[in-house]
Amino acid sequence: MSTSSPTLQKAALEFKSTSLTVPVLLLASNDELHIEQQLQEKIAQAPEFFRHSPLLIDLQKLNSQGLDIDLQALVKRVRDLAFMPIGIRGGNEKQNHAALEMNLPVHSMHGSNTPMTNKPAAKTLAVPEAEATKQPEQTLENKLITQPVRSGQRVYAKGDLIVTATVSAGAEIMAEGNIHVYGSLRGRALAGVLGDINSRIFCSDLQAELISIAGIYQLSDDLSPETAHKPVQISLDNQTLIIKDI
Amino acid sequence: MARIIVVTSGKGGVGKTTTSAAIAMGLAKRGHKTAVIDFDVGLRNLDLIMGCERRVVYDLVNVINNEATLNQALIRDKRCDQLYILPASQTRDKDALTTEGVGKILEELAKEFKYIVCDSPAGIERGATLAMYFADDAFVVTNPEVSSVRDSDRMLGILSSKSRRAERGEDPIKEYLLLSRYSPDRVKLGEMLSVDDVQEILSLHLLGVIPESKSVLNASNSGTPVILDEQSDAGQAYQDIVARYLGEDKPHRFIEEEKKGLFSKLLGRK
Repeated sequence: MSTSSPTLQKAALEFKSTSLTVPVLLLASNDELHIEQQLQEKIAQAPEFFRHSPLLIDLQKLNSQGLDIDLQALVKRVRDLAFMPIGIRGGNEKQNHAALEMNLPVHSMHGSNTPMTNKPAAKTLAVPEAEATKQPEQTLENKLITQPVRSGQRVYAKGDLIVTATVSAGAEIMAEGNIHVYGSLRGRALAGVLGDINSRIFCSDLQAELISIAGIYQLSDDLSPETAHKPVQISLDNQTLIIKDI
Repeated sequence: MARIIVVTSGKGGVGKTTTSAAIAMGLAKRGHKTAVIDFDVGLRNLDLIMGCERRVVYDLVNVINNEATLNQALIRDKRCDQLYILPASQTRDKDALTTEGVGKILEELAKEFKYIVCDSPAGIERGATLAMYFADDAFVVTNPEVSSVRDSDRMLGILSSKSRRAERGEDPIKEYLLLSRYSPDRVKLGEMLSVDDVQEILSLHLLGVIPESKSVLNASNSGTPVILDEQSDAGQAYQDIVARYLGEDKPHRFIEEEKKGLFSKLLGRK
């Protein structure tokens, strides 16, 4: 019986996920002759590189221009040029269907499996997304407060927090980054709440009930009278809060 | 367009009802049709201060529950025909108030009245938040002592975040500071916060300082808004406040200690 066979005791296979770099053919025209001609020119530059190369066909740009293409004919042409198409992406319903009929997988544009149906929007989404995600994240998450933060109010910023007014006693301001207060700071100020030990608190008039950086805190009782009512910056050095005049 | 004014403070006993009665009377005396509403359901006081407690038939909660019409519940002041009072219910509690009900009443009043003064109860619970929810202007009444100042600060935070104007993203409620029960000689002795101390904490536009005065208690007990006592300093202070609110430029008074003349010094009179 096979159950006792030692080969089956061990797992014969395993599924893993991997990502690999594959050339993508971005089509901007549906003129097949044109495409073939330009492909041949490319191949002529590096014949060995392209021979039997896997190829992903990207139809998004084409569809965003409202151009259609005979997918079956296109696949035949690239195969004739020794490419090995491994699927399409950015196709419309009809194209996705045609690809599946040719046993070609339909890939999603950006990890999500929903095929892009809204073409014009997809175009703007597609290109900037990868590079754009990082930059705005850092600038947009900063918060600027121009009104006084009143007793009982809480303000949280995912980046830096800048308050150009007073922070009243009983108010609580928190930031994952630095805190700047260009008024009297009478409430609680907590910088680097997610543990950023390099974050700092800057204020033009220190009267805080509590100051904290990355969880290390001091109460107003512990603050030395020399720094009270003064413009200071507060940083963290070796688990100790350092308050310095500015 | 009617202006809805809320008189609020957070802390109790600072003079909200006295102020509501005084400024409502002041506005009405200047010819503006004014309604004053008591939001302190369960602890009705405004009718006493206004001296109309024996004429209360229907109240705010009756109107909200459609048990009476607004015109049935409004009491016309006997001293000034431009002033109407909408009393609170003494037998119910604040849960009887609903946002829709209050909104409907204010909308209806706004058609007829120029100013609607809402006398807020103390605290930051339902009655107080509903009194300020629809407001255009807020008179924050504060006593010159730390707990009152902090409670006012808290109230200002609520005004800027939980009002209808804030929820709709409209211009924020205009906030004014009224410093009541102020006594310059006690400030001088360091027993009381000064105007500057309070201003530093609250950073608000100061509409006026109302001096600590015996006339306020007398006026309350007799059911006459103190603003009608034109001889008293508190009455004059409220008249100034109404004038400043209406855009007149009046210098602030009652902040400095009164200089006693030789005569009154000799007689020990104040």
